[in-house]
Amino acid sequence: MKVTVAVLLVYVHTAGLLFDVPRLNILNETIRALYFHVPMWFGMFFLYSLSIYYAIRYLLNPLEEYDIRSVEFAHVGTAFGILGLLTGMLWARYTWGAFWHGDPKQTNSAITLLIYLAYFVLRASLENQEQRARLSAVYNVFAFAAMIPLIFIIPRLQSSMHPGSGGNPGFNIYDTDSSMLIVFYPAVIGWFLTGYWIANLRIRVRKLRLIDIAS
Amino acid sequence: MKYILTLVCLVISATTQAQETVEMADKLRAEGKIYVIVGIILIVLAGMLTYLFTLDKKITKLEKERGGRTS
Repeated sequence: MKVTVAVLLVYVHTAGLLFDVPRLNILNETIRALYFHVPMWFGMFFLYSLSIYYAIRYLLNPLEEYDIRSVEFAHVGTAFGILGLLTGMLWARYTWGAFWHGDPKQTNSAITLLIYLAYFVLRASLENQEQRARLSAVYNVFAFAAMIPLIFIIPRLQSSMHPGSGGNPGFNIYDTDSSMLIVFYPAVIGWFLTGYWIANLRIRVRKLRLIDIAS
Repeated sequence: MKYILTLVCLVISATTQAQETVEMADKLRAEGKIYVIVGIILIVLAGMLTYLFTLDKKITKLEKERGGRTS
């Protein structure tokens, strides 16, 4: 897995800059953000999915192991989300004219991140380990359920300028241009695995600390 | 028939023209300086990956010291 990460990311960062991309007005070279900005959001969604998966497993069978996994996947997922928001803001500055444009997609992804930040606030405010694990697992399910409409549904109902929404260039154009997909898919898989790897390192450290406390 | 042909020709010329006028970083590529940027990004990426690999090794070592049956 680790070698796959290295190979995919090196390929993506080379091909993402060198391969030909469709020439579109307004987007120009920034169309390459698809290779670097979008995988952050896909990665966030992937990691949050793993987080809710272990939250539900904790609720079914309260093992501390599941709680540790759930929180660390949420940690790395949030890091990916923040990077997605920052890269999106930089892109917005040069294509929309301002870092913060108040576009539905931008606002709603910020709200999603705030909901997940509250998850960490909730955890930090509870002393008892079992109580913390159970309450935060329930909250995790709520946070995930709130993210789906916020990111995937509401921006599509309103008029968003984000590529891929409505008539704006996005996947509808890439569908006819598979030249972008041969970089985009490896980018998504590469960052999925990177996020999984980093989360696992954190989980292993947490488990080592558990043994320390127990002994 | 003639009309359709002219229309097709017009559409084709319009799209190719549109593609030529869209501004891209062609000069950067022609000069070859794009490879400098690719090099810089790859160095940073290599640094990040090396960091992750060593961190992974260190944690594995710690796990072995604590009896090895942690994961």
